[in-house]
Amino acid sequence: MPTLRILFTRLRAEEKLLREAAEKQNIPCELQNVSNIWYGSRPFCDKGDVVLARCISHNQNEAVAQILESQGIKVVNSSSVMALCGNKLSTSIALASAGIDQPEFRTAFTPEAAIEALEDLGYPAVCKPVSGSWGRLLAKINDRESAEAVFEHKSMLGPMHNTFYIQEYIEKGDYDVRAFIVDGEPICAITRKSNHWITNTARGGIASNLHLDDEVKSLLRSVHQTIGGEFLAVDLFKRDDRWLVNEVNDGGEFRNSIEPTGTDIPAAVVKAVWEKRPA
Amino acid sequence: MTATCTICEAKVDLPNDCCEGELLVCGDCGTELEVIALDPITIEEAPQVQEDWGE
Repeated sequence: MPTLRILFTRLRAEEKLLREAAEKQNIPCELQNVSNIWYGSRPFCDKGDVVLARCISHNQNEAVAQILESQGIKVVNSSSVMALCGNKLSTSIALASAGIDQPEFRTAFTPEAAIEALEDLGYPAVCKPVSGSWGRLLAKINDRESAEAVFEHKSMLGPMHNTFYIQEYIEKGDYDVRAFIVDGEPICAITRKSNHWITNTARGGIASNLHLDDEVKSLLRSVHQTIGGEFLAVDLFKRDDRWLVNEVNDGGEFRNSIEPTGTDIPAAVVKAVWEKRPA
Repeated sequence: MTATCTICEAKVDLPNDCCEGELLVCGDCGTELEVIALDPITIEEAPQVQEDWGE
């Protein structure tokens, strides 16, 4: 029997909510921990199944999606969407190619070039790991001395941190926006308020509903046309009445967004994913 | 269902719908624990957050 398989390596509230939503819709569903299995030429699911890949490690999630896709299995989101979203430089390049407004960004490969790039943007600016989440290892750099220290430290952290991704700091007030797109259509959004410049709800930001007006919906549809994918979580800033796309996430966490928006996000996701199963 | 914290040996309650991979927090010592198996119930200290974890 065709089954919706939700893959995970660490079971979060989101994966349990997705399974509950599937059960409510009478969708055959299995939560599958893929931590301790190995991958060869034989798929661990059937070609009639559809897979919702929710491994907490971006690299492992993308890898398992690639393997399953090579075996003819439909995976949501696709590995190509994961690759775009999982690397902030790749996301920025895609958004820029589509002419979508975003904070200005620079990239460099040595600490010295990173300082020059940052001074081209102007202080303050934000240095982010190209791959990372939950506001981890973000640095707001206010002056040259801080820049020298941050970039020297980053240069010692391993190859991934030697691609220096630097973003213009946006004076966004005390909030940013997290919006959800399911199957290309914006379904809801929250504002995340915090006194800290990092507003992630994983870091204590307070969530409230944001009404999706035509301007935001249009922007979100443009993001989806650029990135693709069945489920995206998009972070937006507003500066001078203009929306900027900050980040696009392919494995969005939504537990804190259901209550304020009154939107059953997991129900929408599993419905969209189930409809993608092979005919 | 209960398990024993691997760090401080306190009893830790498991939810009725507990799954493999689920995370628990020990009420006594605060350690984050992961359910490794259900039959028999086996828990271990949860792994530390890795660099590429998240959304």
